[in-house]
Amino acid sequence: MTETREAAPVVAPGHDYASATAAISDVVLRRKPPRAWFVTFGLGFLGVLVLFYTMGVLVLKGVGIWGVNIPVGWGFDIINFVWWIGIGHAGTLISAILLLLRQEWRTSINRFAEAMTLFAVACAAMFPIFHLGRPWVFYWMLPYPSSTGMWPQFRSPLIWDVFAVSTYFTVSLLFWYVGLVPDLATMRDRVKNKLAKVLYGIGALGWRGAASHWERYETAYLLLAGLSTPLVVSVHSVVSLDFAVAQLPGWHSTMFPPYFVAGAIYSGFAMVLTLLIPLRKLYGMGDFITMRHMDNMAKVMLATGLIVAYGYGLEAFTAWYSPSDFEQTLQRTRMHGPYAPFYWSLILCNVLVPQLLWFRRFRSRLAVLWVISLVVNVGMWLERFVIVVTSLHRDFLPSSWGMYTPTIFDISFLLGTIGLFLACLFLFIRVLPMISIFEVRTLVSPNKERGKGT
Amino acid sequence: MTTYRPIHGLMAEFDDPDALLAAARAARDAGYRRMEAYTPQPVHGLTEALGRRPTRLPWIVLGGGLAGAVAGFGLQYWINVVAYPLNIGGRPLNSWPAFIPPTFETTVLFSAGTAVVAMLALNKLPMPYHPVFNVKEFERASTDRFFLCIEAGDPLFHHKHTRTFLLGLEPLRVQEVKS
Repeated sequence: MTETREAAPVVAPGHDYASATAAISDVVLRRKPPRAWFVTFGLGFLGVLVLFYTMGVLVLKGVGIWGVNIPVGWGFDIINFVWWIGIGHAGTLISAILLLLRQEWRTSINRFAEAMTLFAVACAAMFPIFHLGRPWVFYWMLPYPSSTGMWPQFRSPLIWDVFAVSTYFTVSLLFWYVGLVPDLATMRDRVKNKLAKVLYGIGALGWRGAASHWERYETAYLLLAGLSTPLVVSVHSVVSLDFAVAQLPGWHSTMFPPYFVAGAIYSGFAMVLTLLIPLRKLYGMGDFITMRHMDNMAKVMLATGLIVAYGYGLEAFTAWYSPSDFEQTLQRTRMHGPYAPFYWSLILCNVLVPQLLWFRRFRSRLAVLWVISLVVNVGMWLERFVIVVTSLHRDFLPSSWGMYTPTIFDISFLLGTIGLFLACLFLFIRVLPMISIFEVRTLVSPNKERGKGT
Repeated sequence: MTTYRPIHGLMAEFDDPDALLAAARAARDAGYRRMEAYTPQPVHGLTEALGRRPTRLPWIVLGGGLAGAVAGFGLQYWINVVAYPLNIGGRPLNSWPAFIPPTFETTVLFSAGTAVVAMLALNKLPMPYHPVFNVKEFERASTDRFFLCIEAGDPLFHHKHTRTFLLGLEPLRVQEVKS
């Protein structure tokens, strides 16, 4: 009986080098984009226009157009920043950690997840930069010999964040590009259009697949994976320290770094599923992104979701167990205060609904899995809302209490980045192979007509 | 007799990584040294079969990482102790534990940058032109064909004998690579 319950294969049977290469590269080179591509890209582009408009107004008028004020000085900007950064982390996890753990199933989804990382981090970076008020002098955060004679102060996690996020973006970009080089050579050799051949050729750097090159390439790739693994943990730990180092009930907690890292992976996998389930169907990539991938990602989501649930439990426990009035009041406010609906929706989205993933029945139904992944995306956004807003809105003295209501510009900035994310992702799918071709080739047999190899 | 024309080498084409591995071993056993194999994806054991030493890339990356650590910590120390000393809550100027996260980030940044730049430099990439691209079939080297090229610079290289040797390995075909 166990055989029938065996997991689906990583690549559907019957593929050889040529057919796998053709199936993946033809999406870009031969096939016309499906109508859904134009629709989604169009929506994304609309979002980009909204983003530009919002940014324009923001630069003209200042952050006063947002709902942030004292006591809630951090609102949507920080919520969205943490949300996007967290989404990005699944890409690094899939490409780096699963590579080190020799999980072959990562091969079909790592390219896409890495691209998702890049665009998510780009969206994330926009929020703190525009929250500066004068985004055109963002470089003041960097240590450089300026005419003012001033230098950054390195005892603050906020400057650590500058280093962490910029390193993360750079290393993710390098990792993604290095992974692309052999595939760009494949595209260069297969494309018919002259101009496209030149462009792919420039990107491929003259890659010719020499054995000595491959050896250095694989070494470099493995080293990048080894470097990215602690990097991704450090990035979200540093993000969490932005909160945890502050002396504020609800933020000042040693639990934050692991709890944030787990939450980041949780939301990242949710976003990968949200995007891949429709794309897989749209492009007929079921041979390469099999039910095995869906099942494994659902399980990772369940595991990280449980860590996050433990985090919520521990937050409540710590408040109850502590002798601090402020901690206890904060927890009570979260559960029963003006933002209680957010807290309980968060528990519903992040703790209760994902428990369905225990059951194979739900994991194997893509529609159900897709809805759960959307719910988790929303839940993780709510988590950051609860952490940021409920901790701030009731200050130590009741005289300094206040409420936070986002304005239309808060919302349009969020929607705008979602549009930018979609537009970038769909452009990526249009011009670059969304699955790593050369890595998939290592999973299939050489040539069909000569009989099956291994 | 054919007229003499300088060539890059002779190239045998295979459609299977195992056949290429066997061919590389045979060529090495026959005494050829200046040769290169071209494959669509990494083939394990191929560099050993060609008799190459393992790459020294990890050591270069270690150097890059150490440089990053020193640069990162040194920058923060110099800024907070020498260039712009500030009293932040009475903490020592050299608050080294607070300097560790940025030091870690610069270490990773320098290591990753070194890994990519050194990999490309050791591979002599970018290189837009290479003689092997003159072979028409070579465009399948990025899809499903495996090539072994014995270069004309090899002391044992002989137009006729090397061709006979390569044909003996049962490739799909053997071709001249114009230089």
